[in-house]
Amino acid sequence: MSGHSTYQPQNKFLQWFEKRLPIGGLIHSSFIAYPTPRNLNYLWTFGGILAFMLGVQIVTGIVLAMHYTPHVDLAFRSIESIMRDVNFGWLLRYLHAYGASMFFLAVYIHMFRGIYYGSYKEPREVLWILGVIIYLLMMATGFMGYVLVWGQMSFWAATVITNLFSAIPGVGETLVTWLWGGFAVGNPTLNRFYSLHYLLPFVIAGVVVLHIWALHVAGQNNPTGIEAKSDKDTVPFTPYATVKDGFFLACFCIVYAWFVFYIPGYLLNGDNFIPANPAVTPAEIVPEWYYLPFYAILRSIPDKLMGVIALFSAILVLAFIPWLDTSRVRSARYRPLFKQFFWLWVIACVGLGWLGSKQPEGIYVILSRVFTVYYFAFFLIIMPLLGIFEKTKPLPNSISESVLGAKA
Amino acid sequence: MMMKRTVLALTFAVAVAALALPATAEEQVAPPRLKWSFAGPFGKYDPAQLQRGFKIYREVCSLCHSIQMLAFRNLAEPGGPGFSEAQAAAVAAEAKIQDLDDKGAPIERPGRLADYFPSPFPNELAAKAVHGVAPPDMSTLAKARTYSRGFPWFIFDAFTQYQEQGPDYIAAYLQGFKDAPKGFELPANGHYNEYFPGHNTAMPPPLQAGQVTFDDGAPQTVDQYSRDISAFLMWVAEPHLVQRKRIGFQAMIFLIVLAGLMYFTKKKVWHEVEKPPEAARGQDPKKTTI
Repeated sequence: MSGHSTYQPQNKFLQWFEKRLPIGGLIHSSFIAYPTPRNLNYLWTFGGILAFMLGVQIVTGIVLAMHYTPHVDLAFRSIESIMRDVNFGWLLRYLHAYGASMFFLAVYIHMFRGIYYGSYKEPREVLWILGVIIYLLMMATGFMGYVLVWGQMSFWAATVITNLFSAIPGVGETLVTWLWGGFAVGNPTLNRFYSLHYLLPFVIAGVVVLHIWALHVAGQNNPTGIEAKSDKDTVPFTPYATVKDGFFLACFCIVYAWFVFYIPGYLLNGDNFIPANPAVTPAEIVPEWYYLPFYAILRSIPDKLMGVIALFSAILVLAFIPWLDTSRVRSARYRPLFKQFFWLWVIACVGLGWLGSKQPEGIYVILSRVFTVYYFAFFLIIMPLLGIFEKTKPLPNSISESVLGAKA
Repeated sequence: MMMKRTVLALTFAVAVAALALPATAEEQVAPPRLKWSFAGPFGKYDPAQLQRGFKIYREVCSLCHSIQMLAFRNLAEPGGPGFSEAQAAAVAAEAKIQDLDDKGAPIERPGRLADYFPSPFPNELAAKAVHGVAPPDMSTLAKARTYSRGFPWFIFDAFTQYQEQGPDYIAAYLQGFKDAPKGFELPANGHYNEYFPGHNTAMPPPLQAGQVTFDDGAPQTVDQYSRDISAFLMWVAEPHLVQRKRIGFQAMIFLIVLAGLMYFTKKKVWHEVEKPPEAARGQDPKKTTI
């Protein structure tokens, strides 16, 4: 997207239009001529996959909203009527429910990729922070959407999560009452969650536009972590990136369809097929899988306020890694020590996810604490120190050299 | 190298902990896995089984349990128990529906296809007054009553499409009534059940052999009853399962063909790039071959 657009429409009307609103040139320079590094691997297709998933969620969500009733007495029933009486309602609902899971799966791969290849480093700090904001918005949206089902787990998840804010000293209780719109999770809570659940995806879409804009200013990072220097290092977005993204998106959709059509009960909690009942607490209150690592961090700390602070810090710390990581080399490919600490961190994340689904007792608490400490140490201690002490491997001179060998 | 070993050791420790611990954390006994006609990618409900299950529901379960989300018309819908519309209407006509007449006075009228199955109790409190606890509505019971498979089984389940935890559990529960073992303190009005979490269930054993007569020759045993009612409840909870799996197969074929075509297109397009730049600079796709 650097410099003037080379877009020259042949059609007379398009020429006339382009002079007045150069949107054709914008599309052309962003999605056709835009140079992408030639050495991107399939991990770089997840950006496109995420854009697709956002689209799927918005489209299925709008149609579901036409059939949904946000009222404590009717919400559960209206969702069951979507499942039973709306034509292909079951498909819409499962696409939307698993769409959330696939969205998070893709975003986690996207984030792991960003950290592994140092995509957050200068000059992509703003791009990265916009990504963290999108992730935060996704978490809020996903949580509120889960509450809309108004099953037992919806109700109790809403109770537990909103109660986190009561830990804030002084204003906590007042704040929670304000969030609920009453003195317990109830109809006003459901109504505002519905309103916000409809709003936030469009906010996400807006931040996604900024995210892509920032991406197209800095250009994509790549597995070598060195900038593209000449035409030899890049290929035009279309057809190269489009066809590659398209292929992997189709593969991703196979997994998505597998869940939707064959194992739709796989990630749905049984308790959420029981209508919400404020008088009965489920034996275990577990969040959706994509929140489990943070849930484990929350529960690993005995003090409620500290737990809440740790929970939010675990997400917010991501926004600071462009400055916490002091290494001048981007890609873990040339950072032998960082690579190992990174994989340990991935194990800690997955381990926390598993521990989040367990009762906080015995060895589970100890393991959660170990992983929580490592989770933070990775960002706050290892990242700053490694940049100083790590001996990195020699970088190739250019992207094309790394692909084709020194003779290029 | 040291690091790699640490990583391996840690992974191993986590795996061992994962394998060893769930048994102590969850005391629920895993129900035996049964064969279901609706399992797997081409699974379909067996209409005869659903009809038997429906008979059990009407003669036994419906005395205490409601299925509020099941309408009489559902009985004649494709992918279900396969009743004709006339049969479903006849079932509906036997039900008494509370309604209002034109002047607003409460009346009781025979059911129609569009009506939902009436509940045995006017409301939850009335049910509670009779039974101590309100018997749960059965509309989504087969999806609500599942059990945790634990690590590593839940990973395999994603590939083997094991989705029948609900009916497996219900069938096991219905046959799981036993005398409480020594030392187990069963509260008054409680019943010991091997598979119920915590083992103390409010419902007395509901099924006895020979209680419901089948005219299709199926054995009239508690085992058969348990399977049939579980299959019926699965249909009640997921009435579009057959359609879902059929469309799923079409979607899979479409996506696999699409992915295949995309793969070869990608290969063709990238062919020039993956060669040395001199050739790639030439950019004459006609002169390059795959």
